[in-house]
Amino acid sequence: MNFGFSDEQQTIKATARELLARRAPFERVRAAAEERRYDEPLWRELCELGWPGIAVAEEHGGQGLGAVELAVLLEELGYAVAPVPLLGSALAALAIEHAGDAQQRALWLPGLASGAMTGAFGGARDLIADADGASVIVIVEAGAPRLIARADADVEPVDAIDPTRRYARVSGAGPELGGDVAGALARAGAAVAAELVGVCQRALDMTVAYVSERRQFGVPVGSFQAVAHRCAQMLLHTEGARSAAYFAAWAADAAPERLAEATGLACAAAGEAGVDVTGSAIQAHGGIGFTWEADVHWLFKRAQLDAAMLGGASGHRIRLARAVAARRGGVAA
Amino acid sequence: MDLTFSERETAFRDELRAWFAANDPGPEPPHVEELHYAWRRDFQRRLYEGGWAAPHWPVEHGGRGATLTESAIYFEELGRARAPLPANVLGLLLGGPTLMAWGTSEQCERFLGPILSAEEIWCQGFSEPEAGSDLAALKTRAVPDGDDWIVTGQKVWTSGAQHSKWCMLVARTDPDGPKHKGLTYFLMDMEQPEVQVRPLRQITGEAEFNELFIEGARISGEHVVGGVGNGWKVALTTLMNERAGLAFFLQVGLRRLLDDLIDEAAARGLLDDDVAADRLGALHVKAEILRLTAYRGLTAVEKYGQPGPEGSLTKWMWSESNQELVQLAAELLGGEALVAGTPWGYELLRARGNTIEGGTTEILKNIVAERVLGLPRAR
Repeated sequence: MNFGFSDEQQTIKATARELLARRAPFERVRAAAEERRYDEPLWRELCELGWPGIAVAEEHGGQGLGAVELAVLLEELGYAVAPVPLLGSALAALAIEHAGDAQQRALWLPGLASGAMTGAFGGARDLIADADGASVIVIVEAGAPRLIARADADVEPVDAIDPTRRYARVSGAGPELGGDVAGALARAGAAVAAELVGVCQRALDMTVAYVSERRQFGVPVGSFQAVAHRCAQMLLHTEGARSAAYFAAWAADAAPERLAEATGLACAAAGEAGVDVTGSAIQAHGGIGFTWEADVHWLFKRAQLDAAMLGGASGHRIRLARAVAARRGGVAA
Repeated sequence: MDLTFSERETAFRDELRAWFAANDPGPEPPHVEELHYAWRRDFQRRLYEGGWAAPHWPVEHGGRGATLTESAIYFEELGRARAPLPANVLGLLLGGPTLMAWGTSEQCERFLGPILSAEEIWCQGFSEPEAGSDLAALKTRAVPDGDDWIVTGQKVWTSGAQHSKWCMLVARTDPDGPKHKGLTYFLMDMEQPEVQVRPLRQITGEAEFNELFIEGARISGEHVVGGVGNGWKVALTTLMNERAGLAFFLQVGLRRLLDDLIDEAAARGLLDDDVAADRLGALHVKAEILRLTAYRGLTAVEKYGQPGPEGSLTKWMWSESNQELVQLAAELLGGEALVAGTPWGYELLRARGNTIEGGTTEILKNIVAERVLGLPRAR
């Protein structure tokens, strides 16, 4: 039993953290968000580094790494709230890789891996991240994903409360994906959960820095237990979500028989933590936290859309409880 | 990252399971003090005879030199077998390891064997009426008398004192120094008239804890552990062991109770109700996260030699989840869970102690805020 990252995974994490700290500071996030656009130079740089294809097989032009490496990368992109369409491309690639056929893989994966194309993935009635401008969109309706090429897609851009990404509602006809659908959906959930863990960590780090510096009554506000205990609770939620997200990523690579339950756990934990921790960050920043000028709101907004993508923690909890009861031979299905 | 167990670890688990299969602890007796204690003492003796009393101890002291992961597996299996915590849990988890870290070879030779066999039970004399969370404020005094020490003071929340031969006692040996200095860690013989034990009846009706009244008790100079004036450091070793060792037993205890509740809820058809299923699912998520986070803590210790941030969170997670669980049982099962003397009725009351014993949640949050997050000292 070892939760540690390999040297290569640690290098990916450190490199991503360092690069995004330089290339995607909040000034850049803000500039892109206020103009409702992506940060194109950053996206081109990430494509040159091969990030969109990190988990795409080498035969399709990707790096051939696993769900853990993708989770590590998405955690850092979430930490930066980076305004790039990487998540949508990564999720579409996961869906096509696991649920698509050989022809679909050959047609779409090389473009998604290189960044020559972008992709998106989401529910038929949901706001789909990175869908506006995507070359290929995987829509899930009643648990069944279908692949819609840009030309066949009816894309209605939506100005979501999270301006760090472009969202849209999508409809259109396309072939159903007939492969490992459950595996594809679970891997997508695990990936979004990893991004949320990064969002939580950033919210916690910013909050700790702020309450250590901000003084009232002659002392840092972080020395008041009401504030300090809120920060401790943020850590508890963040670390709990991280434990579950890493478990799900590991299961995706190494224990597919445990993937469904691991992902349910990660989605429930990360969805709840994301909303709770980023909301707490606004509260701990006081009035400043409610202003457009402070940067914590980007995290709160991203967390809301990510949590919605995970489909609501309650549904996951209900399914988990029934699965446990069924496994234990109880009467519930 | 590899969240499977190695062949060696699996073999360790299999051997242990086979042993438990042949050594069924039997049903838990009611929480009537003597009955319950005798069950725990007898079961420790069987563990000892089977060589399973303290696998985490080094081989030379009668353990198996188990790794941290194996030690975690041990506590998981103990819980899974519905075995009790051994009667001498404080000696096994706290006293023994503290002696191995700080004691002389003579002290190890003298004390470790009888801890393992439950021949001599140990208790922990740290807290006082005016020194609970603020342990360093303790007032119990020890003054030299030739080679011996004479101790006077009062201790409280001393679990198992009525059964104990030895007490891990922290007393003030230098009243003039700063409060963290001037403390010394002693092993006090409980079998002397100068030590009076008075049981503290708790909200469950039983008395796990006691008050100790110490009026001029004598402690041999040979029973100082880690040197005079070094008591704070030695006591911290004990407390760190307390938090690390129990996490897996607690984790499995929560899992077992939750599985029981899910079974009972399923039998009543309650899983068909979305609200009930949601709340049970929330507890399942917490129980799983606790298990995963406890293992992440082990990885941090094995890899970096010290616990990471997750190591500080498990006791807090467990205690709140356990309270939530027994409260949900009371709501889902209604009157049945509220009958005195029933398992659910007992657990509902006992769980209120979880967020207090071994560090209150408030103190744990302070520790997390200051030592993990690096926030300014709380007020």
